Amino acid sequence: MPVAYFLVLSSLIFSLGVYGVLVRRNAVLVLLSIELMLNAVNLNFVAFSALFGAHGAAGQVFALFVIAVAAAEVGIGLAIVILIFRNRSSVDVDELSFLKW
Amino acid sequence: MSSLGQQVVFWVLALIVAGTSMRVVTARNVVHAALYLVGALSGLAALYVLLLAEFVGWAQVLLYVGAVVVLLLFGIMLTRAGTGRSEADNSAQRPLAIVCALAVFAITASTSAAAFSGRTIDLSRVVGTRAVDIGAIIFSAYVLPFEIVSVLLLAALVGAIVIARRD
Repeated sequence: MPVAYFLVLSSLIFSLGVYGVLVRRNAVLVLLSIELMLNAVNLNFVAFSALFGAHGAAGQVFALFVIAVAAAEVGIGLAIVILIFRNRSSVDVDELSFLKW
Repeated sequence: MSSLGQQVVFWVLALIVAGTSMRVVTARNVVHAALYLVGALSGLAALYVLLLAEFVGWAQVLLYVGAVVVLLLFGIMLTRAGTGRSEADNSAQRPLAIVCALAVFAITASTSAAAFSGRTIDLSRVVGTRAVDIGAIIFSAYVLPFEIVSVLLLAALVGAIVIARRD
């Protein structure tokens, strides 16, 4: 099976994530789109691990690291979103411009 | 599994993942978007199993489908009231976002496909990675990144509690 299949599918998921980050207003949905982008990277890692499998499973190990970092990221991200919601009663990223000079 | 069978499984899973990912970023309802994410993540887990990366596939099911999506649903639940127009996308930004996403897709897909054209994964020759192999490689070659990730998780845990705590 051509490895390009997996790479193109991964690019598609990543660009959908980019679209979601750019177009979504709800901060939780932005986090959701970031998860899509991280998963696209994981698919690349696992596909390359299968392609270069003779040299060990390093790609799969890095996919696991990405999963762990994604879990940390979503925990911190949601804590920040909940804190902002508590202070501003809104999770609309277009309205959260109070750090803008 | 025959090569044709692998191709059929790949295309079915690719269609599921692409379709549900599309719905994740276009669904109007916030909860529906999170539930479509379950479909996309499960399809990706099945693709990992197709690539004989069983451990990563099950870690994906446990951590993403099990933990991250539940966390996101809790986040949606806790920020639900009074969001108002946050339900909708920023439609003024949509044409530019489509252009950006298409550009990213064109660049990454064309370069990676060109760089690896002709390279094929022969799944009948890929050696399946058992959990014991993953454990051995993590605790030998990648023990330092592993420890750094564990410190990162601890810091994220403490940070999330400190940030979200109601004083």
